[in-house]
Amino acid sequence: MSSETNKILTTDGIPLEESLKKAERKNKIKAFLLVCPLLLFLIITYVFPIGEMFTRSIDDKMITNMLPNTFKSMENWDGQEMPEENVFENFYIDFKKLVQNKEHGKLAQRLNKEKNGFNTILKKLFRQIQRNKIDESGSFKEQITSLHKRFNNVEYWRAIKRTAPPYTMAKYLKGMDLFIDENGGIAQVEEDRRIHRILWLRTLEIAFFVTVFCFLMGYPIAHLLATLPMKYSNLLMICVLLPFWTSLLVRTASWMILLQQQGIVNDFFVMIGLVSDDNRPEMMYNKVGTYVAMTQILLPFMVLPLYSVMKTISPSLMRAGKSLGGTPFVAFWKVYFPLTIPGIGAGCLLVFILAIGYYITPALVGGASGTLISNQIAYHMKTTLDWSFASAMGLMLLTGVLVVYWIYNKLVGVDNIKLG
Amino acid sequence: MPNNKDFVKFAKVDKSYDGKVLVVKDLNLDIAEGEFITMLGPSGSGKTTCLMMLAGFETPTNGEIYLDGNPISNIPPHKRGIGMVFQNYALFPHMTVYENLAFPLRVRKIPKDEIDKKVDKALSMVSLAGYESRMPGQLSGGQQQRVAVARALVFDPAVVLMDEPLGALDKNLRESMQYEIKHIHESIGVTVVYVTHDQGEALTMSNRIAVFNDGKVQQLSSPDQLYESPVNSFVAKFIGENNTFAGEVVDVSKDKCKVKLNGGGEIYANPITVKSKGEKTTVSLRPERALINPDEKMDNSHKGKIEEVIYHGDHTRVRLNLLGNNEFILKIPNSSANLDIKLGNEINIGWDSADARALDPK
Repeated sequence: MSSETNKILTTDGIPLEESLKKAERKNKIKAFLLVCPLLLFLIITYVFPIGEMFTRSIDDKMITNMLPNTFKSMENWDGQEMPEENVFENFYIDFKKLVQNKEHGKLAQRLNKEKNGFNTILKKLFRQIQRNKIDESGSFKEQITSLHKRFNNVEYWRAIKRTAPPYTMAKYLKGMDLFIDENGGIAQVEEDRRIHRILWLRTLEIAFFVTVFCFLMGYPIAHLLATLPMKYSNLLMICVLLPFWTSLLVRTASWMILLQQQGIVNDFFVMIGLVSDDNRPEMMYNKVGTYVAMTQILLPFMVLPLYSVMKTISPSLMRAGKSLGGTPFVAFWKVYFPLTIPGIGAGCLLVFILAIGYYITPALVGGASGTLISNQIAYHMKTTLDWSFASAMGLMLLTGVLVVYWIYNKLVGVDNIKLG
Repeated sequence: MPNNKDFVKFAKVDKSYDGKVLVVKDLNLDIAEGEFITMLGPSGSGKTTCLMMLAGFETPTNGEIYLDGNPISNIPPHKRGIGMVFQNYALFPHMTVYENLAFPLRVRKIPKDEIDKKVDKALSMVSLAGYESRMPGQLSGGQQQRVAVARALVFDPAVVLMDEPLGALDKNLRESMQYEIKHIHESIGVTVVYVTHDQGEALTMSNRIAVFNDGKVQQLSSPDQLYESPVNSFVAKFIGENNTFAGEVVDVSKDKCKVKLNGGGEIYANPITVKSKGEKTTVSLRPERALINPDEKMDNSHKGKIEEVIYHGDHTRVRLNLLGNNEFILKIPNSSANLDIKLGNEINIGWDSADARALDPK
């Protein structure tokens, strides 16, 4: 070997790397232009809304903008003793402005959430300002503290200081039935009000079991699809896909017709004598309904990836397993099953992720015990209009899905997924 | 080697998939122990179906298959103890070479150290020692093929079936694998049933060849007999190259007949299937049996015009128009360079009537 370390040149004397780059640049630009529309679409419809959701979920600027002077003067207050005169003065100035703009109600509401009792005392201060009873040349501290004993309680001032940062994690904590207590620590809400944690657990539980049911039912179907002769497998494929092409609402509604107490399934049970007429089981407005309907609706998402993987497994592998002396079960378990793992992974991941965020079906057939976290999100979006809380829970759901994906990647490896 | 003449026996086996068409018709075939038998035939001739019935993946519609005297129709594949090499190798892609070979031993609950020994032995037999930890995907086609052969032999089966195992390999590799498989067969004396549509492969490797067509065995004999004395025109056409003349028998004696050709002219031939005057026949003649400018007095001698000359390295192929057949092929060894082979020349062609076989007219 020679000691030449010169760059390789093309016949025209241009360095090879440069020449290659130049030749490929055009293709790269073309490729980029082709994906550009999709990229824009994704940014507009995905990245931007999620960013918006995130800022909304932690946004606490409203109060920051309401009490700018108060927070500024509170910066030097350590929160131990009662605040100094200038804090009271600035608080008065801010509050008076709010009164003029008729926004004091919002402030009272917000602070009351932070600590109960603000509503009353702020109303008192509001009335004093309306009647011009506050002497602006005198000591604000004295006048305000004399209005109500709570104004003289340092706890209330600490609560105000806590709201100073423009961002808050309160919504996320609320999503986990936690809150920031008076001392600024994280505490659990009272036991009878812990609804979210139950919902999260139920969501995970239902998503998990729906995935298991889909797998148990989808695996044989996919196997049949992959091994039947063409003319039967096409028919079966249509049977699998037909519900897929039917509106989700129609499908859920048909489950309601089937499962209700006077429904077809119950009628059938009574007819064959499985249950007595006056003792029809409830199969809807509870978990059973959610399980049944969601499994049926999500089944194609399990069958299709499994099918696409099974289709590539040569039937001669099973035959080889058998001819080498493996019983049909051994041949299946040692040869066929391991080869379908990429499809199982893809199907389970797909079904689980879809199930974890499922909304319409549980809303319609779930009743009280069969609703999921997404129904709670929708409730806050539409009924309480607490969008920031809905956003926070939505993001928690998204994080959960990403965690599932991460765990899956660690266990199976995303490279092994085969979606089709 | 104990020579059990009908170690594997097909007795009156019929097979139909749809109840309308018989894929295999009345198959009777005895395979001796230690024999290398090839089922040769065009695709759709039923040869693979026979193999699958023997392996247990298909059941005969009628008749019975015996292995060492025992009927096996009701025995599931995994209990037959028949090794099989598949067309696309069918190596388990998620197992290493070692695990692939150990699979048949593990399901037989053989102790670990014995498995190691057997796997070692099988791998060195196909000269792949040291490849234990490779995955099948990391091997070349030829290496995968050898692993498949080793896997089919590692559990010492009485019979090994091979279903066009060399179909996916390129020509050179295929030829060397043919010899390798042949040598393995000779050294361990296992009974091999081999399926192929490649006549060269069949001729090289087998003790006996069963030529299949249309669900029937057309001829079952040793490679040389098959080539030299085909019993019907299908076998003659299917095995090797062949010049044919269609005509009608005008005179027939014990070992010679006179055939009037459809294209004009008369030739003498060896009556194989024809029995009487007036029968239609196809006369088949191997290209290497026809000579140019025959010295001795051959009973067939005709003039032909050279239509095409193709150089083939070791020999030259010459296409002639002879007795109205312009597809008449001659193979001339390159040593005979003094001959005047030029396009358009007329040359004298002669052959012995014993080599021209008058067969059925098909």
